[in-house]
Amino acid sequence: MSKIILIGINHKTAPVELREKLSFSSEETIAAFELLKQDNDIKESLIFSTCNRTEILYIPRTGEQVDKIIEFISRHKKIDISEFKSALYVYKEDEAILHLFKVASSLDSMVVGEPQILGQVKQAYRTAVENNASGVLLNRLMHKTFNIAKKVRKETGIGDNAVSISYAAIELAKKIFSDLSQKSVMLLGAGEMAELAVEHLLSNNVKQIIVANRTFKKAVNLAAKFNGQAVKFEEREDALKDVDIIISSTGATDYVLTETQVKQAMKKRHHNTLFFIDIAVPRDIDPKINTISNAYVYDIDDLKNIVESNIEQRGKETVKAERYIEEAVVKFRKWMENLAIVPTIKALNDKMSSIVDIECKKTLLNLKHLSQEDMEAIKRMTQAIASRTIHDPILFLRNTGDHRDDSLYLNVTRQLFNIDLPEEE
Amino acid sequence: MNLQTAQMVLQIATLLYFISMSGYILFLFNQKKIYQKIAFCFISTAVAFHFISMMIYTIATQHVPIQNLSQSLSLAAFFLGCMFLFFQYKFDLKILGVFASILLFAIMVIVLIMPEAPVEKNIVLKGFWLYSHIVLVFTGEASLALACGAGILYLLQEKGIKTKRPGFFYKRLPSLDFLDNVGYTCLTTGFALLTIGLVTGFIYAKVIWGRFWNWDPKELFSVGTWLVYAALLHLRLYSGWRGRKSAIMTIIGFFIIIFTFIGVNMLLGGYHQTFTK
Repeated sequence: MSKIILIGINHKTAPVELREKLSFSSEETIAAFELLKQDNDIKESLIFSTCNRTEILYIPRTGEQVDKIIEFISRHKKIDISEFKSALYVYKEDEAILHLFKVASSLDSMVVGEPQILGQVKQAYRTAVENNASGVLLNRLMHKTFNIAKKVRKETGIGDNAVSISYAAIELAKKIFSDLSQKSVMLLGAGEMAELAVEHLLSNNVKQIIVANRTFKKAVNLAAKFNGQAVKFEEREDALKDVDIIISSTGATDYVLTETQVKQAMKKRHHNTLFFIDIAVPRDIDPKINTISNAYVYDIDDLKNIVESNIEQRGKETVKAERYIEEAVVKFRKWMENLAIVPTIKALNDKMSSIVDIECKKTLLNLKHLSQEDMEAIKRMTQAIASRTIHDPILFLRNTGDHRDDSLYLNVTRQLFNIDLPEEE
Repeated sequence: MNLQTAQMVLQIATLLYFISMSGYILFLFNQKKIYQKIAFCFISTAVAFHFISMMIYTIATQHVPIQNLSQSLSLAAFFLGCMFLFFQYKFDLKILGVFASILLFAIMVIVLIMPEAPVEKNIVLKGFWLYSHIVLVFTGEASLALACGAGILYLLQEKGIKTKRPGFFYKRLPSLDFLDNVGYTCLTTGFALLTIGLVTGFIYAKVIWGRFWNWDPKELFSVGTWLVYAALLHLRLYSGWRGRKSAIMTIIGFFIIIFTFIGVNMLLGGYHQTFTK
């Protein structure tokens, strides 16, 4: 019976330097498929490589071929086996299926529940299909993987909650403003944190970015990076009338925006909503501003609180997701067993011998003159005819040849002989 | 085609409103789109049945069903259903259905359990101006009811964000901007309809009684309600009363409407009284 084996490294077992060395670009993946296809010991394969993991999923024709694959990685990536062997994990059979399901459902991700992973798995599978690297078993396995990943996403709240500070801030902004692409952002301070937050915001296409910093030059540099506009730090109060979101991360010891300033600005902007994200410690934005109507202030602690409660929530959902996944593994295992050749052969044998038995008994009932020995001989002969008849078909099923589709012949056999095996689902 | 049929169809409509309400409440809790879709189908069907019921009544009795309080409430519910369908189509604000379906079902239950006052043939209650007065005022008030609904949703969402405790409603409700926008559109639509509705009412009064203004209590309160909404719109446009304050005002405004609709007739009398016996 075919085995499913998965070898890989991920963010839990290997540092980023090693992951970088072992990652497969799409060209490298295609080249690797070419080599793997030529290898007679590997029947089907799939390579999955993102910044957090590199995994090879394969089905060996004989044995397990683990060392061969490790050697293959070493050769292909030109890296010594000793360098990465300790970081590798090898999963076989059910464990491999379980791991694959978990990866696609984003339970194995660095940020559990992040939505990109499923797309990446799909892309990897598409590449494998386009290069004829995957076959019956992997095709089926991957489709089941997509199903379970979708189910987990749909029926558990695993992807619902923001679990990073900047992501939580963006989520909040989306709950305050309906369309971020119509909103302008002002950065107070040009530090690293501000840059990070803006990168997140930019993926949501904000209308305009204004940077205000005490050192004007830094503001200009950062603004240039994001295609924004730099203003002097003293102009920040004026700029309030044109922006909607303020991200503050200065090193100032005092508040850089006070309640009175914002109250004044509110009048100028016809009380349109303002959202302050204060990621500075000590705080930059006077918390009293939150009491002004249509102004919302979130400091770093507020955001942390949201993130923490989200992580807690996500933990609960993970348990549910794991249950779905385990169920799916059991189902897939059943399908594989069903698919396997042995039960078909057994059913075929059973059917033939039962036919022979019935017919033999019927005939012998009317041949009372025969001795016990004769009867035994006839029985043996009929049994022999039956087993000789199906000998060749069974041999064929056991070895369907290199490029043939096992499941197709199994299905045909079952239909030809009208053998009923319990189908899964 | 008789009154019993009309009553039966009305009961079916109420049942459909109830199913729709259950669907929307389920949707509120577990956020599955399918519940919202089913609930929306039911509410549309309910409005259709409601309409059929009123048509049967009109054909059977040869006058529109606004002869007593029960019928007026039923008509108000019908227009609320229509306006909800319209705004749902326009904004796709699914969660507003929770508010609309609960309100609709509540009104319909009152309509069904309320003892029907005997209908007197009233020759006055006919004519183009009257019908336009009724349709405009009722659709206007239905829009303002929905504005109140949007206002409630806004306050729920706003509270969570302001107090930094995003709770049950945080995930379930859309953004503040959007809710404010929906509320504002319902408000302006409702206000415009109400304004024209009042004008047609005055014209009708002129035609029937020879005077535009009769110092009827309902007239006074209606104009009062109109002034409240006019003030709200003015404050919003010129003094930045948007968001929370605006939401609170639309809710207060809707309570004044309810009082004007029912309370005035019960407590103060006047010639609108016939509909509200």
